[in-house]
Amino acid sequence: MSSEEKFDAIVVGGGLAGSAAALTMARAGLDVMLVERGKFCGSKNSSGGRIYGHSLEKLIPNFAEEAPIERKITQERLSLMTPAGALSFQYSSDKLQNLKYPSYSVLRSKFDKWLADKAEEAGVMLTEGFLVDELVVEDGKVIGVMCAGEEFDADVVVLADGVNSLLAQQLGMKQELDPQDVAVGVKEVIELGEDVINERFGLSGNDGAAWMIAGDPTSGNLGGGFIYTNKDTLSLGIVTTISDIGRVDVSVPDMVERMKAHPSIAPFIKGGQLKEYSAHLVTEGGLKMMPELVRDGVILAGDAAAMVVNLGYTVRGMDLAIESGRLAGEAVIKAKGREDFSAASLSCYKQMLDESFIMKLMKQYQNLPGLLEDHIIFNDVPKMADEFAGMVYKVDGSAPVALPMIALTVLANNGGLNGLFGLGKKAWEAM
Amino acid sequence: MAKMSVDDKLGVVKFVTDEHESHIQINEEYHDEAEIKRLVMACPAELYKYTDGQLVFNHEGCLECGTCRVISGGKGVKSWTHPKGAMGVEYHQG
Repeated sequence: MSSEEKFDAIVVGGGLAGSAAALTMARAGLDVMLVERGKFCGSKNSSGGRIYGHSLEKLIPNFAEEAPIERKITQERLSLMTPAGALSFQYSSDKLQNLKYPSYSVLRSKFDKWLADKAEEAGVMLTEGFLVDELVVEDGKVIGVMCAGEEFDADVVVLADGVNSLLAQQLGMKQELDPQDVAVGVKEVIELGEDVINERFGLSGNDGAAWMIAGDPTSGNLGGGFIYTNKDTLSLGIVTTISDIGRVDVSVPDMVERMKAHPSIAPFIKGGQLKEYSAHLVTEGGLKMMPELVRDGVILAGDAAAMVVNLGYTVRGMDLAIESGRLAGEAVIKAKGREDFSAASLSCYKQMLDESFIMKLMKQYQNLPGLLEDHIIFNDVPKMADEFAGMVYKVDGSAPVALPMIALTVLANNGGLNGLFGLGKKAWEAM
Repeated sequence: MAKMSVDDKLGVVKFVTDEHESHIQINEEYHDEAEIKRLVMACPAELYKYTDGQLVFNHEGCLECGTCRVISGGKGVKSWTHPKGAMGVEYHQG
């Protein structure tokens, strides 16, 4: 191709990382093409559904006023679930109402499309419905992409092509995903209507709830269940670590049905209509599975770079995707200033990541995935919670048992303190 | 909410199916029953079946998650790519 047709940067993938990178570069005057394999940006994307707003706030201040957010999360719920019961708690507070950077429930097909449109408005050439088949590599340097049999050249290719980044694998920058480090999330969007949701969850206006569930939905497998309230729908689903599939005799799609049928969930979705069913991989291995981030002419961001942090009760990815996309864009802008697109020049990206919240989080939580591999958290703790609450709240005329005795009985029934002490020790060491 | 089959769930999802080519190729000669059972259990769209000692797969209804590729470690699933541009699953909620 002739030089005037060469882009400053080609971004592969129109998710949050890709659009954040493209928008950042276009604002600095770079000539950017964004290639998305889906019919439109967002059409291949799905996630549980909560975005922590702080990183997007830096890119688009007050974004919630114009972005297609669903609800502002002002109510947190957590349940430890056994087949028949659940011990739950709910937290609502003006502290959640008045956060400087709130979190929001979002539906990715709408939300990601909005961010891609913002990039396009800033001057990005949006190419939707085209799959990048392979990268063009010359003398070890990435110089462009092959797309529908045509070559498109650029100084830098930003790979933001998601958790299944076959392109990063093709380059050898990233290994195939390890079943222990990745989970599958399966989700239903269930239509209930705004009023029904407000009534059942005790919400009003634009306020929303986030509900994390450990234990039974995944039959004690590593993972858990989630429900987020959208405007007039719920996002309901499960996440289960791939290496755990087959550990118990419940299939992945059955885990969703199991959760929906649970007595503590069923009343919330009664009368609901399924609007969409989706599945997506979730990176949860943390720091140890991060790939090489830069090579000559190429830079990785978002899920492709495994920039996801598993906090145990929830997995954060969207805010990291946006921050890493923005920083990848900044790194390319700096490299453009030097007219040097080598790995050494692009490695300022790594320094910026180190100084950002991303690497601080990734480092802080680097040992948590190992801790979570202990099934006691997902099996025994919910069971003990159920037994404890069941005994505390049982009044049947028999002699009452003092709370400490109940606790001791539950412990004795579940292998004593050793398991819990061991877990506590590991948790202490992990953090 | 009434129990739904996975087939019925896929019925509400929009797909633009590539009628000529499957983006996933399986190894039909693969016979490790325990591993095949895990593969069948893993697919959120229930597209893998094991009948009469034979692994069978149909790409129509694939949600493109990648679980089968990761769980099979190159054995039951021989090759896995993305469908061609603008084809495959098309989420409108996400």
